[in-house]
Amino acid sequence: MFSNNDSIGKTFFVVIALCLVCAILVSTAAVQLRPKQVENKLLDSQKNVLAVTGLLTEGNIKELYTKHIQERLVDLNTGEFVDMAPESYDYRRAMKAPETSIRLEGADDMASIKSRANIAPVYFAYNDGVESGKLSAIVLPVHGYGLWSTMHAFLALDNDGNTIKGINYYEQGETAGLGGEVQNPKWTAQFVGKKLLDESGAPAIKVMKPGNANPTSAYEVDGLSGATLTSNGVQNTFDFWAGAKGFAPFLTKVRDGALNNG
Amino acid sequence: MASAKEIKTVLFGPIFANNPIALQVLGICSALAVTTKMEKALVMGIALTVVTAFSNLFISLIRNHIPSSVRIIVQMTIIASLVIVVDQVLKAFAYNVAKELSVFVGLIITNCIVMGRAEAYAMKTGPGMSFLDGIGNGLGYSVLLLIVAFIRELFGSGTLFGVEILPLVSAGGWYQPMGMMLIAPSAFIIIGLLIWILRTFRPEQVEKA
Repeated sequence: MFSNNDSIGKTFFVVIALCLVCAILVSTAAVQLRPKQVENKLLDSQKNVLAVTGLLTEGNIKELYTKHIQERLVDLNTGEFVDMAPESYDYRRAMKAPETSIRLEGADDMASIKSRANIAPVYFAYNDGVESGKLSAIVLPVHGYGLWSTMHAFLALDNDGNTIKGINYYEQGETAGLGGEVQNPKWTAQFVGKKLLDESGAPAIKVMKPGNANPTSAYEVDGLSGATLTSNGVQNTFDFWAGAKGFAPFLTKVRDGALNNG
Repeated sequence: MASAKEIKTVLFGPIFANNPIALQVLGICSALAVTTKMEKALVMGIALTVVTAFSNLFISLIRNHIPSSVRIIVQMTIIASLVIVVDQVLKAFAYNVAKELSVFVGLIITNCIVMGRAEAYAMKTGPGMSFLDGIGNGLGYSVLLLIVAFIRELFGSGTLFGVEILPLVSAGGWYQPMGMMLIAPSAFIIIGLLIWILRTFRPEQVEKA
């Protein structure tokens, strides 16, 4: 068809044909494997919820999750539960889309997340199984910007809605070995037993300079050494999500006994 | 097809005689990053082997039709497509490892070994041998990665493939882990030592001063 490999016609032909073949190959793989990937993502998120409440044991994650965890949706503006199937709610999409989120600007946007979904999922953990009705922990999804990346975490609170039971950073892109240490269980262990809010109900967790935290304080934790900006990001994440634009309305309702009635 | 001896050289030569990392010092970046655990190193080795083998195969198949003016772009397109496919497969079937490997699977695209074999071998040789050459070089890369990961995981975390070998002090054992093994510079030193050992036994690999 072409006499010369380097003719313009042949060059275009080869490049276009190659692009078509590669595009078909890549898109087929992406489309075919998508359901499996979505399932993996869901399983991973369930695993992280279980891990932060200390309920993660060997065994089938799906079964453990259905046994111990109940997922509800909460309207962040009012703190009320929303009657909607949590399975069909895409939190990540909702926090970006303008019609399902509010824009945050200036001082409101302390965690640098630009917008916040109106409805957020919360997870209720029951150590003895959901049907026992004995609530052991409330898990809140939180996120905030660190140095390079948005860091996503699950924060587990005791059923008083204030004492921290654990925090699990499950997605972040901070510098490995420095800021990346937010994931380190040794570091996150410090949060256990601290109080999210002070007596007046204001966000109270203080991420201090490394080594400066008073171990007897109910609010202070050591920052990460060599990762001041990541530590600040953690601080901002706490300030935002414990504050009025975050889960504060919901947590107020929890403390007033909203969970006992339903 | 070439003789059995030739196949052997192409397939196993890159493991010690002509190792892409130890002799050609290619692909160092990922070798530093993914060798903290054996499992990560193994998956990365397999991923790179698959990509190198198939990119060699496809490039070799169309080598007589690739216009020389755009040959690098053509090679890159093929390699990039294969890497995306591998990445998608990993995300579907080995999600946890894929998450830990994160960007490094994508960075196979820029791995000098893949490009190097495509340009230096597959553009001049038939598909069968090119495919084997890809597997061979992938094996060379994997073997070195696994050796480095073996040392780093064993002395850094006291485990191999996540199974406890040396009980750690923090878990009531006797072994105090070497934290340095878990950071990238240790891989640099280990690879350096491996190159030294290899060249002591194979003096022909030493460059003339």
